Amino acid sequence: MRGGYMGKILRVNLTDGTAHSEPTDPEMARDFIGGRGFVQKILYDEVPVGADPLGPDNKVVAAPGPLSGVFMPSSGKVQFGAKSPATGIMGDANMGGHFAVEIKYAGYDAIILEGMGSRPSVVVIDDDRVEIIDGSKYWGKGSSVAEKMIKDDLGEDFQIAVIGPAGENMVNIACVSHDYGRQAGRCGIGAVMGSKKVKAIAVRGSQSVPLADPEGVLEYGKKMFYGCFEKPGFREWTPLGTPGVTPWVNEVGAFPTKNFSTTYFDEHEEIGGEALKERIWLTDKGCFCCPTPCGKYSRTTVGEKSAYVEGPEYETVALLGGNCMLSTIEEVAYANYVCDELGLDTISGGNVIGFALECAERGVITEEQIGRPVKWGDIDSFVYLAEKIARREGIGDILADGVKAASEEFGQGSEKYAIHVKGLEWSGYEARWAPAMMLAYMTCDIGAHHNRAWAITYDVAKGRENTEGKAAKVIELQRIRPSFDLLGCCRLQWVEIGFEFDYYPVMFEAVTGRKITEKELYDATDRVWNLTRTRAFLELPDFGRAADYPPARFYEEPIPTGPAKGKLIKKEQLDEMLDDYYELRGWDENGTPTRETLEELGLEKCIHDLESAKIL
Amino acid sequence: MPTFEFAGEAYLMKLAAKHALCSGCRVCQLACSLSVFGENNPKMGLLAIEAHFPAPGRYEIKHCTQCGECAAVCPVDAITETDGVYRIDKDVCIACHACVEACPHGVIIVHKGQDVPSKCISCGACVDVCPTGAIYDSDSGEGGR
Repeated sequence: MRGGYMGKILRVNLTDGTAHSEPTDPEMARDFIGGRGFVQKILYDEVPVGADPLGPDNKVVAAPGPLSGVFMPSSGKVQFGAKSPATGIMGDANMGGHFAVEIKYAGYDAIILEGMGSRPSVVVIDDDRVEIIDGSKYWGKGSSVAEKMIKDDLGEDFQIAVIGPAGENMVNIACVSHDYGRQAGRCGIGAVMGSKKVKAIAVRGSQSVPLADPEGVLEYGKKMFYGCFEKPGFREWTPLGTPGVTPWVNEVGAFPTKNFSTTYFDEHEEIGGEALKERIWLTDKGCFCCPTPCGKYSRTTVGEKSAYVEGPEYETVALLGGNCMLSTIEEVAYANYVCDELGLDTISGGNVIGFALECAERGVITEEQIGRPVKWGDIDSFVYLAEKIARREGIGDILADGVKAASEEFGQGSEKYAIHVKGLEWSGYEARWAPAMMLAYMTCDIGAHHNRAWAITYDVAKGRENTEGKAAKVIELQRIRPSFDLLGCCRLQWVEIGFEFDYYPVMFEAVTGRKITEKELYDATDRVWNLTRTRAFLELPDFGRAADYPPARFYEEPIPTGPAKGKLIKKEQLDEMLDDYYELRGWDENGTPTRETLEELGLEKCIHDLESAKIL
Repeated sequence: MPTFEFAGEAYLMKLAAKHALCSGCRVCQLACSLSVFGENNPKMGLLAIEAHFPAPGRYEIKHCTQCGECAAVCPVDAITETDGVYRIDKDVCIACHACVEACPHGVIIVHKGQDVPSKCISCGACVDVCPTGAIYDSDSGEGGR
């Protein structure tokens, strides 16, 4: 490993309070690249099958990639992962800001938290000096409050990853927060940190990232920056960032509204990017080396309440706005602030609260159970439920387990409108009239998340009724987009302003000295994809095709209003797409990776494990 | 470790900042470090970004203005001005760090493992890649990209 890698992995054991570093395995770097590849490989190898997600055997892994911290656009992504308490399978979540690069500058390719502490702590990493300090004074504090306190105590130049009360209380939808508004949101990684009593990880580093060809990186990095500056999208997309897409998602009838009951929100203009920019925006806030900062730091006022908050980004606009029907950008931003402080993922949070509001409306849960009347579009109802969830109080203790578990508890048909796949709540694109996007959610390896394959534009371009060719497109995207997660950089320049993917393998070679083709990169993403799929079969007895279906609402209830009125996906269309998908992936009809597929990817251990479990 | 030379006059810029345009991405610091020292390490960059968060929510760019206060306090005249740019003569410098203390912007930096400080030579590597034009050459523009 000539460049890009720092050569060490840090292991912190919370049970006995020790820390030591180990050399980064060059074979792991060759086959899994870094970032999400490292996270999933380490979890697969080290967390025993059947481990309690909130017990001492689970681990939290945080890994930047070989390109993280390097002179090129948006090289600031870190991946967090753990066995998810929400899904029971391996989860991960990526986060921008400056945490990834600080891990690199401190000298590490990954940080592993293992064991379980008995008292609140902060893991302090200052280059080679690693200490687990008492975290009692920060415990119970909101994310940004705790982050500021820790920076005041340790130094402004520390980068902090912190959990809020939701993480402390082991809420399944708890996130990890950083830099006053960036989150590793999905899969409840915050709850796993909370189970280990780790309030925060604080990192400071002083080292350079080694480069195989420093002059080449300087020259090519500039070329990449200028390549971004020259794209029309650099000027057109950046001012509004991700919420700029809100009107389009409504126009195409895909905006999650009223717990995904419909797909067009009448008040969408009041909560989108234009409203944000005109009414609450203070400054753009970029992740490390980002030429197109999507972070829109804001100040919002609702009645007598006022708050500083980053965002809301598109997902938050969709899930807190449309899905809970908050109808002004000020309210959406305030709800965003409440979730951030409590440490709740806004995607899952907006789902769970939307689900609770629908259950209340239908009488599935009573006012007495909830503790007060709640209604759609009411900021006080939203804040009340968010706090109940984050503190696991009353009805919040059930909702805190996510919509899947809550619907199983509530029954009465509520499973049909518990909007998730595999126990992970659905993100911001409703897909009853977007088959490829539907398939993307169905097959995403962590559950219903959009970032592996944002295929809705393909549906819009190629036909929204038909299923032909959709599986191939979804798989193509599931190779390109996760490549960024392995490399440790952001995909938004590629997806939003059309910056060419060809640049990345070239930069990878200048940084690491290793020549890599796009095919080899995609093979690495397939390796991770099959690893997580295999692991899911090992963890869950009934895993397979049945786990890949969306909630019944999407194939039983036609969309009632808006541009997609009357649209519905048929169950047989779901099966057609799954058949195509499994075949193209080299999986059997139940979605199990075949021996040949695993062999081709060099995943002999997966073959062995599936055989031992009598699945293969 | 390769060192990149920016001695030609074409590279000398009069740095200025529009703080409100800064998004805190720190590419300026990294461009500086890689261009001037051949090191991929923003901590070595000869300018700084102060982040004022969570409130009031703004960034502030600390950069050399070639004000000359460093030269004024140097006891051995190791810092001299040519074409509006102050440079440290490493052979003359006695590493007393009086300039580090005196710099009103806090951007004369002593790198780890070194005695002699480093300062901005107005090469413009930061200006070149700032995505928003928050740091710019006031001789040739008014900021913004």
